[in-house]
Amino acid sequence: MSTAVVASRHLLGVDGMSRQDLEGILDLTDTFAEIGRRPIPKVPALRGRTVASLFFEDSTRTRLSFETAARRLSADTMTFTAGSSSLSKGESLRDTVEVIGSYGADAIVVRHGMAGTAHRLAGWTDACVINAGDGCHEHPTQALLDCYTLREKRGDLDGMRIGIVGDIRNSRVARSNVLAFSLLGAEVVLVAPPTLLPPSIEGWPVTVSHDLDSVLPDLDACYLLRMQRERIGEGLIPSIREYAADYGLDARRAAMLPADAVILHPGPTNPGVELTTEVATDPRSVILDQVSNGVSVRMAVLFLLLGSGLDLTPDSVPSDGEVVR
Amino acid sequence: MTVVLRGGRVVDSHGEREVDVEIGDDGRIASVGDDLSGDVNLDASGCVVVPGFVDLHVHLREPGQEDAETISSGARGGALGGFTALVAMPNTDPTTDCAAVVEQVRRLGERSLCEIVPTAAMTVGRRGVDMSPMGELVDMGVGIFTDDGSGLQDPRLMRRIMEYSTGLTARLGRPVVLAQHCEVAELSAGGFMHEGAWSSRLGIPGQPAEAEELMVMRDIALVRLTGAHMHFQHLSTASSVAMVRGAKAAGLPVTAEATTHHFTLTDAACASYDPVFKVHPPLRTDDDVAAVRKGLADGTIDAIATDHAPHTDHSKEQPFDSAPPGMLGLETAFSLALEESGLDLPGILALMSWQPAAIAGIGDRHGTPVVAGNHANLCVIDLDETWTVSGRAMASPSSNTPYEGRTLRGRVRHTLSAGEPVVVDGEARG
Repeated sequence: MSTAVVASRHLLGVDGMSRQDLEGILDLTDTFAEIGRRPIPKVPALRGRTVASLFFEDSTRTRLSFETAARRLSADTMTFTAGSSSLSKGESLRDTVEVIGSYGADAIVVRHGMAGTAHRLAGWTDACVINAGDGCHEHPTQALLDCYTLREKRGDLDGMRIGIVGDIRNSRVARSNVLAFSLLGAEVVLVAPPTLLPPSIEGWPVTVSHDLDSVLPDLDACYLLRMQRERIGEGLIPSIREYAADYGLDARRAAMLPADAVILHPGPTNPGVELTTEVATDPRSVILDQVSNGVSVRMAVLFLLLGSGLDLTPDSVPSDGEVVR
Repeated sequence: MTVVLRGGRVVDSHGEREVDVEIGDDGRIASVGDDLSGDVNLDASGCVVVPGFVDLHVHLREPGQEDAETISSGARGGALGGFTALVAMPNTDPTTDCAAVVEQVRRLGERSLCEIVPTAAMTVGRRGVDMSPMGELVDMGVGIFTDDGSGLQDPRLMRRIMEYSTGLTARLGRPVVLAQHCEVAELSAGGFMHEGAWSSRLGIPGQPAEAEELMVMRDIALVRLTGAHMHFQHLSTASSVAMVRGAKAAGLPVTAEATTHHFTLTDAACASYDPVFKVHPPLRTDDDVAAVRKGLADGTIDAIATDHAPHTDHSKEQPFDSAPPGMLGLETAFSLALEESGLDLPGILALMSWQPAAIAGIGDRHGTPVVAGNHANLCVIDLDETWTVSGRAMASPSSNTPYEGRTLRGRVRHTLSAGEPVVVDGEARG
């Protein structure tokens, strides 16, 4: 199971993972989801281990999700944010990472506004590096939790048709999900104006549409990306109003989706932009499931990377008797 | 003291011949012939004896960033790479845009192992707003003006500088060369590598090839309007090469250079996210590399330059986006040209020696044929010796070579700068 992930010691991206790697993590996630449903959702699996969060970019949600996952596994946590450290004092990234390593971090969860930062870190530290989002590149645990949510709601992704709608150009979520969805056998269609697509999709396993209405009736899942106001100033769209009119999921469009389709969004949503408030509460929306599954998936990832020496089959995960009180 | 290079094969613009070369006290070639002997005899057996190389594009970082490179260390690296003249870019701190800084660079250069040719900025502080004192600088002998590091954006000011430069020809004794870093900043803004399949996959914001090409196109039009001599720096795209080819065919006074990295590396190298591969203009595609090689072969491109751009380890230990662009080049340039340009030795020498010497206005003493009476700016190279690239082993305090660990062919054995043996048996002196 997940041999590549374990062998590399790092989770840098979906790029380079195999279908078996992905499925292995998703299978293991089931076990941790079960732990999360217990009255006291905590196991001693990573007692004595330290997980450091190194966030150069604001992301309260992702950071809390990782820290919750680490604590449920009884790991110690420490948090570095750009504002509270010496990062603004001209220290090189390498210096920062070496210092964190010297505090005894076994894993570093890193979020950075620039692509490839997690890859750079992995070359400078003995700790496991987990990419929690690097610029417009990848956000692999988001893709894992999305796949897990889809599998939970709809079963196997094989043969599913998934539309990813919005700012694909600037989205690490989209890059990781395109890879993950297609690895698991789903067909991916990107729906966006040309300015919000990557400059080149040569080699991407996707089709492209600029017409959301025509795509909706055939989708098993509609994945809406967060739209940011900055894109107007960058000359990528004329206005949020026009974007919402052309690419927002409102009640009319939601009615075009099949009854068993699911609606996903990585959060936080902009009500009235990517989707209307009405659609956010549609029974087909799984946005809150994504959030809770995020903790379970991240537990599985931390356990896989840090729990070396353990038998990695789900059965070996500590049982009730070992719950820390 | 006389120096004799013994047992080598001379290759220059006159052809090739097996002769010894004697250099006299005056730094000039005293005689060329068989079985010569001097006060110092340097073994050139198994080697070629060639005119020293001239690099039209070097960042020596002094004054301002002496932790990354100095004129002394840069010249040492140059001499080790077979260069006898380096054209120093003016993006120093303070900018080389006035007599005082030109004088400082020249003075420091006089104590170094290569001839240092100062250039000056076209605009004050390279800010692209006011013309630098070109007349005063021309009177000091500055023959190349450039805002390298960025392109001059304002087309109206570019036109005026071109027009103004044509009035300085008599004072300089030759046409002033304006060297342009072609990049329309508003189109490249926010990009850190070539825009294409790789940038899209890696999530690194890209710079489209058109950011370079639009300025090449603009400047060709302005050359047609003004008659100024425009030298295009580091051409990197297929369309740029094609446009310069067209301009030359139309008889316009344009010249061009290409860097070693733009004909040996592609944007695929950025997949490592290692900013040692970050450079401006960025590494392009296989098609662009092929076009640059074709431009070198057919005479469209006049010179191989290095754009040698040292950066400290510290400054490259950053994410790709935030690290400074640039790579070392002086010590690897000739070997890479030999292995990857697809050109024969005389072709490489034209591009690395006498053609750039002419553009730099130093053709009277660099790139000259190896005959009695000429200045002894020479290098002796073992074309068969292999060596392994190591940034740490280089003369520069920086180590940002993108060729780390590569084994290359062709090693400089001796370099003579104005008759002085500055590199002997692969070791720099002084």
